[in-house]
Amino acid sequence: MTAAVAKSVLAKSTAHSIVEASPRSKAVAGGLVILYAVITILPLLWIVATAFKSQSDAIAYPPKVLFEPTLEGYVNLFTVRTRQTPDFIAKLPPPETWYDKLVRQRDMVIAGPSKVVPRFVNSLIIGFGSTFLAVFLGTLAAYAFSRFRIPLADDLLFFILSTRMMPPVAVAIPIYLMYRQLNLTDTRLGMILLYTAVNVSLAVWLLKGFIDEIPREYEEAALVDGYTRLQALRKVVLPQAVTGIAATAIFCLIFSWNEYAFAVLLTSGEAQTMPPFIPFIIGEGGQDWPAVAAATTLFVVPIVLFTVLLRKHLLRGITFGAVRK
Amino acid sequence: MAQIRVENLRKSFDQFTAVEGSNFTIDDGTFFAMLGPSGCGKTTTLRMIAGLELPTEGKILLDGEDVTFRRAAARDIAFVFQLFALYPHMNVAGNIGFPLKCQGMGRREIRERVQETARLLRIEHLLSSKTSKLSGGDRQRVALGRAMVRRPKAFLMDEPLGALDAEFRHLMCGELRDLHDRIGATTVYVTHDQLEAMSMADQIAVMNKGRVEQIGSPQEVYDRPASMFVADFIGSPPMNFLRFESGLRSGDRAVAFHSVSVEVPEIREDRASAPLALGIRPEHIRFADAAPVRGEVFGAEYLGTTQIVTVDTAHGRVAARLPSSASVRIGETVGLEFHSERLALFDVASGLAVRTASLGSARHG
Repeated sequence: MTAAVAKSVLAKSTAHSIVEASPRSKAVAGGLVILYAVITILPLLWIVATAFKSQSDAIAYPPKVLFEPTLEGYVNLFTVRTRQTPDFIAKLPPPETWYDKLVRQRDMVIAGPSKVVPRFVNSLIIGFGSTFLAVFLGTLAAYAFSRFRIPLADDLLFFILSTRMMPPVAVAIPIYLMYRQLNLTDTRLGMILLYTAVNVSLAVWLLKGFIDEIPREYEEAALVDGYTRLQALRKVVLPQAVTGIAATAIFCLIFSWNEYAFAVLLTSGEAQTMPPFIPFIIGEGGQDWPAVAAATTLFVVPIVLFTVLLRKHLLRGITFGAVRK
Repeated sequence: MAQIRVENLRKSFDQFTAVEGSNFTIDDGTFFAMLGPSGCGKTTTLRMIAGLELPTEGKILLDGEDVTFRRAAARDIAFVFQLFALYPHMNVAGNIGFPLKCQGMGRREIRERVQETARLLRIEHLLSSKTSKLSGGDRQRVALGRAMVRRPKAFLMDEPLGALDAEFRHLMCGELRDLHDRIGATTVYVTHDQLEAMSMADQIAVMNKGRVEQIGSPQEVYDRPASMFVADFIGSPPMNFLRFESGLRSGDRAVAFHSVSVEVPEIREDRASAPLALGIRPEHIRFADAAPVRGEVFGAEYLGTTQIVTVDTAHGRVAARLPSSASVRIGETVGLEFHSERLALFDVASGLAVRTASLGSARHG
């Protein structure tokens, strides 16, 4: 009986604590989360759906939620087509593939592949390349700031942070002039360097926070046990900083993957990335919305995959260091 | 196993001097404790011996070889950290075997050595556990195992028991000393806890403000403190100091303490009149009605076999350790009798002990 009393007292005492929420507040919280999820996911679903609509369904008013799906958007995205007379099309040999057939139904023939694939490859190379460089340099710099007595360390850290105090686009014109001088405009290398420069400040600051949290004793133990400083960094510090590195990498990748203003200004052909390319997908008689939506869908996929792969680290990474142990 | 020699070692960080001109030799196989309050430079000295910190001046010799600027890994010493610093991404066996892996030893040999070390520490059953699942004492044993597995020239320990709770600390004290006796390696042990230092060490270096105040066996440091700091820092409650002013003559066997003559061990130096302090351990005080130094009982702390009685005298408050059977009433006036052979005299200005028959051999750092 005493045990039961104790239990009820215990239950009562924790009823209003932050540990155990009441069913009602749980329901309210859950409802809010679902609402937020719907608000953020709906536009994404709409894009994915639009990619499978025909051109007329895509601009129908009122908007169509139910429609007959077609791959026309994707076909248009990946091909360049020319309009022909029905007589000319009738004289051609029968279509070889399903997409030839689809295009001919619209009185057109495929003239060749579009530029989407090289643009996508540019995005991958520039996005992941700059992310790798920013995280690599950021880790080394953050480790140095965290562990060594560096003269003027605080000032240097402030200088690094100050590069983030204005929108990067504010320096677009000087960078454009500089890049023209250096022949870096419209090159992948130029874009990688630019995005690395913008991201490295974020990377240094984020990673310094993570590395500060790792007790020095770990490396010191490794140093005494026979490792060099660099080996200790690689074998002892990095495995423990994985969480922070993953979180930092995602932030850097999202920036360089989505960046639009510099990409428009500095790339036009060879090194053009997806963001400036997508809005210029022109269909017949105006914007080809299903093709634009198809491009957008494909554009989102790598970021989603990358984030899902690292999500375990990301969740811990964002909250890591918030509370002192 | 090795002898460690430290010569004129100094370390300063910007304006702050952490260690000031230390000199000492730790003989092969000695359990050497560095004892002092926090910020006295004991950890910095240890880190310099380990190679984790470079000295501003001075030399460190390992077995006669100058290793002052050699990298930590090339000194063949092991370091045990206060927070153990077990690698969280490895299991117990991985942690113990890590130094051998660093040296590039073969896998089978590593496994054998890890087994052997684990057997010595009685943690064989834990080899495949994660370090985060271990109790404080087991973590400590794993950290020791990681230090021992390489069979280094010397062990350096930075408050290795500081993170354990009191009960366990006592147990580990015994275990550490036992381990030292079995493998006989030179050990430098940093602590701020006098009980740890007294119970384990062969030699104690008492440090204060970057200086070594005294080096000696636990008995020497306790019975013949070289300075007021040492006398005050070691012992609980600390030594009583009763201030007075007088000149000293070599050969005297008594001093003029205010208007009373107090017998002391034979004085071995001449001094002009200066402020002095009479140092008395609490256990060297007895209550005697006839004694000339008198005071009023202020309070008593019961400690089981003994009690600490504080007495307010005209020259300051004094703590006396009496048998708990002695009956003491608060407020009563008592006479204090000192065990004259165990008294110490200090020069208040320098804080150093005056040379007497009992303190003649006390070494100054």
